[in-house]
Amino acid sequence: MPDIDSLLDSMAEQTRRHFDQRGVEQPIVVGIHSGGVWIAEALRKRLGYSRPMGKLDISFYRDDFSRIGMHPQVRPSELPEELDNEHVLLVDDVLFTGRTIRAALNELFDYGRPASVTLAVLVERDGRELPVQATIVGAHFELAPGEQIKLRGPDPLRLERVQLENGR
Amino acid sequence: MITEAFPAAHLPQPGPLPNDLQLTPDGQLRHLLTIEGLNRELLTEILDNAESFANMNEKAVKKVPLLRGKTVVNLFFEPSTRTRTTFELAAKRLSADVLNINVSTSSATKGESLLDTLRNIEAMNVDMFVVRHQQSGAAHFMARHVEPGISVLNAGDGRHAHPTQALLDMFTIRRFKGDFTRLRIAIVGDILHSRVARSQIHALNILQAGEVRVVAPHSLLPAHVEDLGVHVFHNLEEGLHEVDVVIMLRLQRERMEHAHLPSEHEYFQLFGLTQRRLLTARPDCLVMHPGPANRGVEIDSAVADGAQSVILRQVTFGIAVRMAVMSMVMGIRSA
Repeated sequence: MPDIDSLLDSMAEQTRRHFDQRGVEQPIVVGIHSGGVWIAEALRKRLGYSRPMGKLDISFYRDDFSRIGMHPQVRPSELPEELDNEHVLLVDDVLFTGRTIRAALNELFDYGRPASVTLAVLVERDGRELPVQATIVGAHFELAPGEQIKLRGPDPLRLERVQLENGR
Repeated sequence: MITEAFPAAHLPQPGPLPNDLQLTPDGQLRHLLTIEGLNRELLTEILDNAESFANMNEKAVKKVPLLRGKTVVNLFFEPSTRTRTTFELAAKRLSADVLNINVSTSSATKGESLLDTLRNIEAMNVDMFVVRHQQSGAAHFMARHVEPGISVLNAGDGRHAHPTQALLDMFTIRRFKGDFTRLRIAIVGDILHSRVARSQIHALNILQAGEVRVVAPHSLLPAHVEDLGVHVFHNLEEGLHEVDVVIMLRLQRERMEHAHLPSEHEYFQLFGLTQRRLLTARPDCLVMHPGPANRGVEIDSAVADGAQSVILRQVTFGIAVRMAVMSMVMGIRSA
């Protein structure tokens, strides 16, 4: 497993370059619970961003609600600043099917109309089911069927390969 | 049996309800008919889910898409403003479509039976009934007869139960007071006619409240009320002594066929909650009322609007609690 600190360093560098090129001084960073919030915090620290961070819990926006029911212990989503006309850096730990990002985008737009949304993920893996693409990526993995990658944390952060019993 | 009339005479009387009706075999909530028989874990799960929805109000769009595409029918055989509108708002904030049917002004007056009404609305492909009815057991009856996959929520049946009101009261108490086991709670007033009181007592017992008191004149207490595990007081000052929460009940004048009371004025003299009487309770005692309050009958305006009153917070929390119940019955996890 790669060293998380060096992945975060690389992500911070990509983020800086991305927003510099667009003339954006500081985007609003929004992490997706739980892993995305940890990564978002680490990125903000590296970039010296001062604006308050947003957190999203996308449980109410999942597309499999009628199959899996209420998620226990949904944490409140917090977006301390207005999103209208702001540039948003949306952060998650692992990009897999793309469904979490679809849900997060829907929730974001219930708070306002951002000028742009850029996706940053620590790990991107194969298996996309929706046309979702990350601009800022720490590492890329090709995994065997039934294999998953999980971020454990928050202290210390570490990546783990998990073999699922029967596929997903 | 389309022509079967609503068998009022054979309705189940208030009492334990078989949980195989309101729970799935693995214990998930399928209908909500009564608090009785639910366990502490499930009540706590409902309150925790409500907590998630209560935090949702800062969004520009006060909605989540959980029940998108579902149709909720508010079927009210008795007038109600607060309960019906908070159920309606709860459903709308979950993105469901809502149909309000006020039956007292509709075909029931033309002789249609409850079962006929049910079958006709079912034929419109709905997903959930929220029902209020003057007969105890009406929601129970509907839950027995609906198609699989349709849920029934009891919004008050006769003198039997009003489970979502009790849940929102529990939510309010937990928000302000935390742990139930250390609390002394007094329910004051017309216990006899109150489905709210019955549901509250069951909920408080299940959540292991420290002490539950009922305070009322003899004529407004049901027989054998002690069997519900409460301490009975006939004097308001004594009943309020050192309590953490006081729940005032509305004097249900419309349900009093016989003279239970000499006069409302005299009732207020003996059982009305005033600032002076509230002094016997703990200084941080919460004042609650399910509404609508009869000011100057069971509660003085100064108390209803006072610093210790959380009556309007109860209304706000009612939306979150109803959202929690609706999403739980519509989101049953397949094993």
